[in-house]
Amino acid sequence: MDTPKKNPFSLQIDVSRFEKATEEEKRQQDVMSESTTFFKDGMRKLMKNPLAVASMIVLILVIGTIIIAPMVVPYGYEEMISVNGKRDKTAKNLGPFEYSKREQAVIDEGGSVFPHIMGTDSQCRDYFIRVVEGTKISLSVGLFASILVLIIGVLYGSISGYLGGKVDLIMMRIVDIIYSLPDMLIIILLSVVLNERLANSNNPVIQSLGTNMVSIFVVFGLLYWVGMARLVRGEILKIKNNEYILAAKAVGAKSSRIIRTHIIPNCISVIIITTALQIPSAIFTESFLSFVGMGVKAPMPSLGSLANSAREGLQSYPLQLVFPAVTIVLIVLAFNLLGDGLRDAFDPKLRR
Amino acid sequence: MAENTAKKPPLLQVVDLHTSFTTDKGEVQAVNGVSFTLEEGKTLGIVGESGSGKSVTAYSIMQILEQNGHITQGQILFQGNDITHYSSKQMQDFRGKKCSIIFQDPMTSLNPVYTVGNQIMEAVLVHHEKSKAEARDIAINMLKLVGINDAERRFKQHPHELSGGMRQRVMIAMALASEPWILIADEPTTALDVTIQAQILELMQELQQKLNMAIIIVTHDLGVIAQMADEIVVMYGGRICERGTADEIFYHPAHEYTKGLLRSIPSVDNMKEKLVPIAGTPINLLNMPKGCAFCARCDNAMKICLEEVPPELPLPDGHYASCWMNVVNHNYVEEPADE
Amino acid sequence: MNNTVQNTEKNLVEVRDLQEYFPIRTGLFKKTMLKAVDGVNFSIKPGETLGLVGESGCGKTTVGRTLLRLYKPTGGQIFFDGNEVTDKNMQNYRKEMQMVFQDPYSSLDPRMTVEDIIGEPLDVHKLYKSKGERRDKILELMGLVGLNAEHATRYVHEFSGGQRQRIGIARALAVNPRFIVCDEPVSALDVSIQAQVINMFEELQEKLGVAYLFIAHDLLVVHHISDRIAVMYLGRIVETADADELNESPIHPYTLSLLSAVPIPDPNTARAQKRIILEGDVPSPLNMPSGCAFRTRCRYATEQCAKECPPLTDRGNGHLVACWCK
Repeated sequence: MDTPKKNPFSLQIDVSRFEKATEEEKRQQDVMSESTTFFKDGMRKLMKNPLAVASMIVLILVIGTIIIAPMVVPYGYEEMISVNGKRDKTAKNLGPFEYSKREQAVIDEGGSVFPHIMGTDSQCRDYFIRVVEGTKISLSVGLFASILVLIIGVLYGSISGYLGGKVDLIMMRIVDIIYSLPDMLIIILLSVVLNERLANSNNPVIQSLGTNMVSIFVVFGLLYWVGMARLVRGEILKIKNNEYILAAKAVGAKSSRIIRTHIIPNCISVIIITTALQIPSAIFTESFLSFVGMGVKAPMPSLGSLANSAREGLQSYPLQLVFPAVTIVLIVLAFNLLGDGLRDAFDPKLRR
Repeated sequence: MAENTAKKPPLLQVVDLHTSFTTDKGEVQAVNGVSFTLEEGKTLGIVGESGSGKSVTAYSIMQILEQNGHITQGQILFQGNDITHYSSKQMQDFRGKKCSIIFQDPMTSLNPVYTVGNQIMEAVLVHHEKSKAEARDIAINMLKLVGINDAERRFKQHPHELSGGMRQRVMIAMALASEPWILIADEPTTALDVTIQAQILELMQELQQKLNMAIIIVTHDLGVIAQMADEIVVMYGGRICERGTADEIFYHPAHEYTKGLLRSIPSVDNMKEKLVPIAGTPINLLNMPKGCAFCARCDNAMKICLEEVPPELPLPDGHYASCWMNVVNHNYVEEPADE
Repeated sequence: MNNTVQNTEKNLVEVRDLQEYFPIRTGLFKKTMLKAVDGVNFSIKPGETLGLVGESGCGKTTVGRTLLRLYKPTGGQIFFDGNEVTDKNMQNYRKEMQMVFQDPYSSLDPRMTVEDIIGEPLDVHKLYKSKGERRDKILELMGLVGLNAEHATRYVHEFSGGQRQRIGIARALAVNPRFIVCDEPVSALDVSIQAQVINMFEELQEKLGVAYLFIAHDLLVVHHISDRIAVMYLGRIVETADADELNESPIHPYTLSLLSAVPIPDPNTARAQKRIILEGDVPSPLNMPSGCAFRTRCRYATEQCAKECPPLTDRGNGHLVACWCK
């Protein structure tokens, strides 16, 4: 190799720098970025989203409270407050951290009484534990209803999308018909009819859940899966058009394998995102139904029925409405923001 | 330089242009110190592979970068005026009247809701004080100019009724409706078939002669460049590898990347031989080497190439190249050729 | 077809009168047949490369996919190694005939690791006895296409276009096929990467003796890699010849204009080149002209062209042309 005869920029030229670089040195320049999986990359994005992180913290706090509160708080959600084994009729509509006369007496004598964090209701029950229990009921209704929607919607949508052709055509027209039904009307009709039917049932599961709860599930199962089904079908139609499905066919893979290894993993993120967004809407519907008196049965509380019963004393005890209402808003908002965050982080459509 | 001041400034001069994008993975330097000159009525070809910064350079001139992109350094001089400091109003005037752009995909660059004629008229009306009827006449004439038969009928059609080649013609008609000095063509024929590509390229050459406009053609296709360009800029990893006349670049390439590129494409001469590919993978702009962008793939890479970005050296015949090999072989000339 | 040639040398793949029609809804109750492929004949010998060129919409991709029965052929026969390939026995031939796709992005499942993508054909055909054997085979294939073994557990989005195309090729090679349909395998790649992939195809052919049907629109690339070339226009083959013969003395007017339209990467040649610029666009396959499909853009078109579709006739040396011209 020639050494430079002349130095172009009056720099001090070091001849050794003009030696040929070794393969090793060159390879060091060409490093591949760190390996990330789709999931890791998505989580990294999710963790960068402040709203999503805040929502997650809120939800963890709420769920933590649901688990811990019944262990710590010595009151039950359906029992009247009693002092020394006797019912305390004076503990009616107390404000937060207030004590009834008889409780005050106990404290004065040196005994200890667990504080009523949110006060008590008109029937002398600790309101905090009722709100906690109501949140638990609302959350589980939301969760189970969404799972129900998930199962029915995904099954229906994937069958329709994968088979295509005439089957798809007929299945989607059914979805269109269900879509066009006025849902609130159907819900009210169904719960009236179901209530009558199920009231006489001896089935222990139905008895313990309450007929209204069962009818909510039935309503979700019958009506709310259509959105999910449409979405899954659309997603599958799109995935089916990708060349990797064709490649799998060219390799000789059977339909079951293609669905299992290619189609499901590729639409799972869309399904998770939709489910996360379905939960708040289910909670909302449940609360609404309970508020209008078609939801869970007393004495079982839900956030909606708590708000409903607080309505009567609204002028004197507005906080009794504020507590469940704020909880609903908090949960619904947190789930919605988390769902949005999940979509931003995991939806393949928004990538690249 | 003293005698040059009296001379008219070149039509377009890009000096040390830097454009970067803010992404969630960090700042990406898409264009890194690009300079070139475009003279009136000439064609400049910018060639490079994806991620070389060739399109970003074109978009920087028009200032139509995406939200997260911005020019960080350098000047773009149009007839001696720096347009990087133009207000958005001045820029609007510059776009269209002085400089127009056509894109790769004629499908998405036309609005499907309006008729073809409407869109050309719109382009005329934005920049000129004309009545509707006059604009309509201009639009129909433009359609005729770009070789569309039956212009009156096509005028009333929507973009989806036209074929790809026809749409690209309409795009050109729109771009030329306000009689710009410069036409920037960003991969104008990549989405088209060869026979249609030939039509469009010929049309562009014909119009250039008729209207005496300058063209900047951005492409990855060396064949298209060879046919169209007077001057060529070769880009890699956001930097210019070399620039010069078409003959210089094709027959005396002075950068290892250009040499490798010319060796690696199949041509009539090397049909029977094995191709000589460029090794390695294209550069990742997020992970730029310290030295020359091409060093990891270069067969003749030296130690200095890994450490220091090569300076742009003047070679004979108005040819500039940034490659340390020219220092080793002492190809460069001491002073720029034009002085 | 030249019968003598067919009988003396055994063809690996033979396609006779292949047809593929797609029904297109053109009205509320009306359906029109889109004749994507309309009577295509060709044959490929072991270890040979047949290039298939044509513009977009001419049906070249459909030919490749129908050949592998990814679409059900409307008519015609496909023979492999002298036996007819049908729906029933296709599963066996999946090990013999494979495909490399155009788009290195959409042809690889983004949720799978490189290992699983290349391993899929092995899984489907149960070509290994133990996990270790599977892994060894995958690593061997990765070495064959020049991929770094360390990258086996990575996901495809971390790779560049050229590397992805290598993954796709390794997947096709996993079952040891004797024939691969390459559907525009380099057109989505950067210029500097195309040569790497073209060379790899050639090297693999030398090493493994596979035959290719190489579909592309870039005539220079096709000419470089192919032994013979077939030119398609609107669902039919208009000319077939040896690669050099086709390039030097094309007969069909469409081939002539196609060749002259190719931009040559050489300024002097490009300036001197006399182009035959075709007028107009390719007609819609839903509304094909009568007779010869090319006649609407052909400068030599006569009345006969409008009446009758010219058959492929031999002009010597297996140079087949479908044109009424002499």
